[in-house]
Amino acid sequence: MEDKNQWPLYEVFVRARGGLDHKHVGSLHASDARMAIDHARDLYTRRQEGVSIWVVPSKAIVASDPTETDSLFEPARDKIYRHPTFYDIPDEVKTL
Amino acid sequence: MEAAAQLDESALEQRFLARVDAEEKIEPKDWMPARYRNTLIRQISQHAHSEIVGMLPEGNWITRAPTLKRKSILIAKVQDEGGHGAYLYSAAETLGVSRDQLVEQLLSGKAKYSSIFNYPTPTWADVGAIGWLVDGAAIMNQIPLCRCSYGPYARAMVRVCREESFHQRQGYDLMLHLAQGTAEQKLMAQEALNRWWWPALMMFGPSDANSTHTGDSQRWKIKRFSNDELRQKFVDFTVPQAKFLGLTVPDPLLRWNDSKQQHEFGPIDWNEFDQVLKGNGPCNAERIAARRNAHAAGAWVREAASAYAAKHSRAGAEHVDGR
Amino acid sequence: MSAAAPQVGSEALFRYVLRLGDLSLVLGQRLGEWVGHSPALEEDLGLANIALDLIGQARMLLSYAGEIEGRGRDEDKLAYLREQGAYFNAILAEQPNGDFGQTIVRQVLIDAFQLELYERLAASHDERLAAIAAKSVKEVRYHLRYSSDWLVRLGDGTAESHARVQSALDLLWPYTVELFAADELDLAMADSGIGPRLPEVQSAWSARIEAILTEATLRRPADRPHAWHGKRGQHSEHLGYILAEMQYLQRTYPDARW
Repeated sequence: MEDKNQWPLYEVFVRARGGLDHKHVGSLHASDARMAIDHARDLYTRRQEGVSIWVVPSKAIVASDPTETDSLFEPARDKIYRHPTFYDIPDEVKTL
Repeated sequence: MEAAAQLDESALEQRFLARVDAEEKIEPKDWMPARYRNTLIRQISQHAHSEIVGMLPEGNWITRAPTLKRKSILIAKVQDEGGHGAYLYSAAETLGVSRDQLVEQLLSGKAKYSSIFNYPTPTWADVGAIGWLVDGAAIMNQIPLCRCSYGPYARAMVRVCREESFHQRQGYDLMLHLAQGTAEQKLMAQEALNRWWWPALMMFGPSDANSTHTGDSQRWKIKRFSNDELRQKFVDFTVPQAKFLGLTVPDPLLRWNDSKQQHEFGPIDWNEFDQVLKGNGPCNAERIAARRNAHAAGAWVREAASAYAAKHSRAGAEHVDGR
Repeated sequence: MSAAAPQVGSEALFRYVLRLGDLSLVLGQRLGEWVGHSPALEEDLGLANIALDLIGQARMLLSYAGEIEGRGRDEDKLAYLREQGAYFNAILAEQPNGDFGQTIVRQVLIDAFQLELYERLAASHDERLAAIAAKSVKEVRYHLRYSSDWLVRLGDGTAESHARVQSALDLLWPYTVELFAADELDLAMADSGIGPRLPEVQSAWSARIEAILTEATLRRPADRPHAWHGKRGQHSEHLGYILAEMQYLQRTYPDARW
């Protein structure tokens, strides 16, 4: 019962409303991008959860390597001077 | 070399367990023990198969729903169930298995799905009973899963739970109308409760003493409560609901235990459970046959779509540059 | 439209609105049969979505019809308790689902019709109809997108899919005649600015269908006359079975509320 030409996998991103980013909501199978949009619409926006849909073939996603998590993301941890709360501004100085 | 590799493996497993204990979510590309991966694939795909097969017992009443509003509600509910199946297949696929492999396992009889869907829905009241009891039991299982350790499964469950409470309410509302209706409607409701009560209790799986998978699943925070705990909670929630309907739970041994603050209930017929699980339930053959037929009858359609896509690799009239 | 457009009697308006409502009702009912049996899980959702929209349209239209009639019949009394001769859907809607290809062909033919119809009805002198049409046209636009995309994939897919949809098209084509066969009721509605002129609807429909069939590499069947008049309550054998199933509970338990 193996299917000839299995439909490829697409990742789906939905913008819930104007002003927000597209968020990853899951994946689905479709034979082409247009069908993927229709399927995403029927699967992920039935309850008015979206104003815009992106679909991306899963194989096009490039991801950071989880074994490199430490070298990719750890160094930022101790550079706390990037965060505004690191700086102690006197109370008298407003709007900073 | 091998000893070093084994040490590595055990260190990785320790780190993995520490992450799980710290309530960190495990994501698809994170290291995980092979047993964790396989347990999840089995559990998530079983869950997905259940949703898909579950479309059939209720779907069969869409054309006979007694009002246009009920028809709409039922179509929406069954649509949701299909959607849940899709979310769950999608979560399972993050673990390295394909949808087609999973479907093949279901259709060949290798994969299991919730035994509850091997019972027939001979009357309209059965649609209500399923919503009230089966979805009710499912909710009880599913809410803890929203906090399970595997990210994609937990997120799929959050979506599912949001939609599931509508399912239970519409079922209860349906039963309420029957219970408060004509004598024939009330009888229809009572008979449906008689048919679905025990199978619903069996949905929570074997009693803890006889459960094989529980230990690991709880260690890995895939399963957060035991079968018996969830079953007890379900009984305690549901008995007052039946009382409000004016219907009788078909268990002569059911009674409230004041000192334990919970209901005692009669023994479950595990024989029946085993038979249904083995494939000898009233509708097992029918359900799988329906799925096989749909899949076979649709093969030419799926092939055509792939053939078309191969011929025309363009995105159609969409904004290809998207943003 | 001139200010002195002729008025139509409520009996005529009642029947006209039923034609619209029954078309959506019967087609929605047919699509409901597919749930759980489609070629792919995603198509179960797609077809269920269309069914849900169509039943929603039927509810709005039948409710309105009942108000026009003024005899206390609501959407359910009209949907479940009429006898066959009092349903006024075009009989294309009641034709069997057949395989997925046949369902898609039937869907494209009716979606394109409803789209042209509702676009014009959105400017109807009847405010209620205009409002219903304005809401429904958005749904139908999506239905046509879905069904025509599928027809193109199947028509231009494999040799087998092409053969199947071509033969479904040849089978169903004669039933489209009825959609545009204007009778006294259609003419009266057009004269009073309530409904569109069917020849206009037909040429717009024809152009759309032509474009879709071309893209689908399908051959437009030759026009043949067809004498069926579901619009006047004369139906094919299929409606009887559809109603028997649909009406069963209401007929069996006449005093019950659900």
